[in-house]
Amino acid sequence: MSKVIFQHPQSLKHNTYHYCPGCGHSIAHRVICEVIDELGIRGVTIGVPPAGCAVLAYNYFDVDMIEAPHGRGPAMASGIKRALPDSIVFSYQGDGDLAAIGMAESFHAANRGENITVIFINNAVYGMTGGQMAPTTMLQQRTTTSPAGRKQALDGYPVKVCEIFSQIGGVTYLERCSVSSPAGVNKTKRAVRKAFQCQMDGLGFSMIEILSMCPTNWKMSSVDSCKWIDEVMSKEFPTGVYKDNIPDLKKNAEKIS
Amino acid sequence: MNKVLMSGNNIIGEAAIRAGCRFYAGYPITPQNELTEYMAEHIRKAEGGVFIQSESEIAAINMIAGASATGTRVMTSSSSPGIDLKQEGISSMAACELPGVIVNIMRGGPGLGNIRPSQGDYFQATRGGGHGDYRTIVMAPATGQELADLTMDAFDLADKYRTPVMILADGMMGQMMEPVIFKKPPPRNYPEKFMLRGAGDGRSKFIRGLLLDPIDSEEHNWKLYRKYEAVKKSEVHCDEYLTQDADMVVVAYGTAARIAKGAIKRLREKGTKIGLFRPITLWPFPERELRTLALKIKNYLVFEMSTGQMLDDVRLALQGYADIEFHGRPGGAVPTPSQLANVIAKIYDKID
Ligand SMILES: Cc1ncc(C[n+]2csc(CCOP(=O)(O)OP(=O)(O)O)c2C)c(N)n1
Ligand code: SF4
Ligand SMILES: [Mg+2]
Repeated sequence: MSKVIFQHPQSLKHNTYHYCPGCGHSIAHRVICEVIDELGIRGVTIGVPPAGCAVLAYNYFDVDMIEAPHGRGPAMASGIKRALPDSIVFSYQGDGDLAAIGMAESFHAANRGENITVIFINNAVYGMTGGQMAPTTMLQQRTTTSPAGRKQALDGYPVKVCEIFSQIGGVTYLERCSVSSPAGVNKTKRAVRKAFQCQMDGLGFSMIEILSMCPTNWKMSSVDSCKWIDEVMSKEFPTGVYKDNIPDLKKNAEKIS
Repeated sequence: MNKVLMSGNNIIGEAAIRAGCRFYAGYPITPQNELTEYMAEHIRKAEGGVFIQSESEIAAINMIAGASATGTRVMTSSSSPGIDLKQEGISSMAACELPGVIVNIMRGGPGLGNIRPSQGDYFQATRGGGHGDYRTIVMAPATGQELADLTMDAFDLADKYRTPVMILADGMMGQMMEPVIFKKPPPRNYPEKFMLRGAGDGRSKFIRGLLLDPIDSEEHNWKLYRKYEAVKKSEVHCDEYLTQDADMVVVAYGTAARIAKGAIKRLREKGTKIGLFRPITLWPFPERELRTLALKIKNYLVFEMSTGQMLDDVRLALQGYADIEFHGRPGGAVPTPSQLANVIAKIYDKID
């Protein structure tokens, strides 16, 4: 008997990615599709891609999708989920999308405890528009709009989304991962799976932040980009679980039943 | 069906729920709070009814866009400054061909302005408001009964053309108590193929507004244009009052039309031959109907609670075929019918 250990995920379309070589988005897409397959939720999943490099995500995800205006994914996802409570809804967002223009929508979807999943791709730049400074750009990091490096006095600090969101009452599960190494990819997959499972169990808002390479705008090779995440970026944005209310919520549910 | 007495804001809410609206999101702003509050209390009583007090008008319009994509009947409401914030979403819904009803209970502007009734948002409503080559169907009710009827119709129109429809009223209409009879809405007719409800075992679908290829994008714009042309052909509504024998006709909509009607009644008692032309749809504007009227009547007075916005559409419709005067009260000022009657009388006396 042969056993399948690696195959093209069923919910990933057979299209060539438009992403740059070494880009973290393509890895994140694949991870999500593998999870969707494993959980058997392709037919009930509705995804909300952002304005950002992932704006064409519907070319890759073989699930129903509706593109949101820049930053508005969590509001749209809230509308979809409330109207169709049996569906599995995720919004997929960049750092500019989530932590700058869409901070209010993200914060309040989280605070309402919307039973949705947010996949948050932190690549420390605005990828799609050509590498401008993002809310998550590191201090001293050069971008096209911080040409001398991000200065705290002028540009403020990198926004630590998981740290901030861990304080929000409505959040159930929150983890920061990275796709810069095979071990990181495996961890990311486990986290994404946990987040979707959390939603399937009706336990509320989950978000997975993924530190993700943007070799093009970092002006680094693919390998150096992975190294930069491991050696620099993850020092500012430590990976790990930031909030996990799943066991408590499950215990409470058991008590009630 | 019994006649009931309700405020305009509540009439809109009740009509929406009766028309099958099952998703409402909104953010408080005067003078439309009673509508948001009505939905909070009543929509959840309907099966599957969802109410969300959103964090902003931007969030509200995107929430209804998401719910609309699932095939749910949706509505949001606000007043002028909040409608500014919805424009991104309205443009996006037009692009993505998502039906939905947006209520603007206008107040004085620009800026925060004041909370008095006004009609300063005509351009914003009828010219698109948001960016890009799109139109919004705009209905301008003038009575409590019309608030009910047009709100119900708005949902059907939104479905039929898969586009956002705006109810444009003002603080006066929103807060006035009036008797109303709710008609029985027709059954909904919205094909499943336009809904995102999960792919099941079938092909997945997507809804998008971004079309990177200019040829695709051009074709999409022409497709929308053809749809708007069809709307222009079939969905124009207007009302005439005492125009048969009139020497001069006042053109006004919504609250301004009601004030004008009061003024005209007073003037008619004195034997002055004045009539009223009242657009009920502001986009599409009743251009042909007004031009037809101009075949026999050559003098018009446009009255708006603004410095003159619908005036442009009247000029475009009449294109030099008639004389057009204007009287406006912007910024939340509302004349009484007798004040307006004096203005009309002066202008009437000048015509030969
Ligand atoms: C209202 C609005 N403002 C600006 C833009 C332009 N824009 C598109 S994507 C983007 C930023 C993308 O950065 P991020 O969210 O970090 O995603 P990434 O491309 O890095 O994955 C911007 C500013 C837009 N589409 N809409
Ligand atoms: S610009 Fe950056 S984020 Fe965008 S596709 Fe290229 S590598 Fe990926
Ligand atoms: Mg980014």
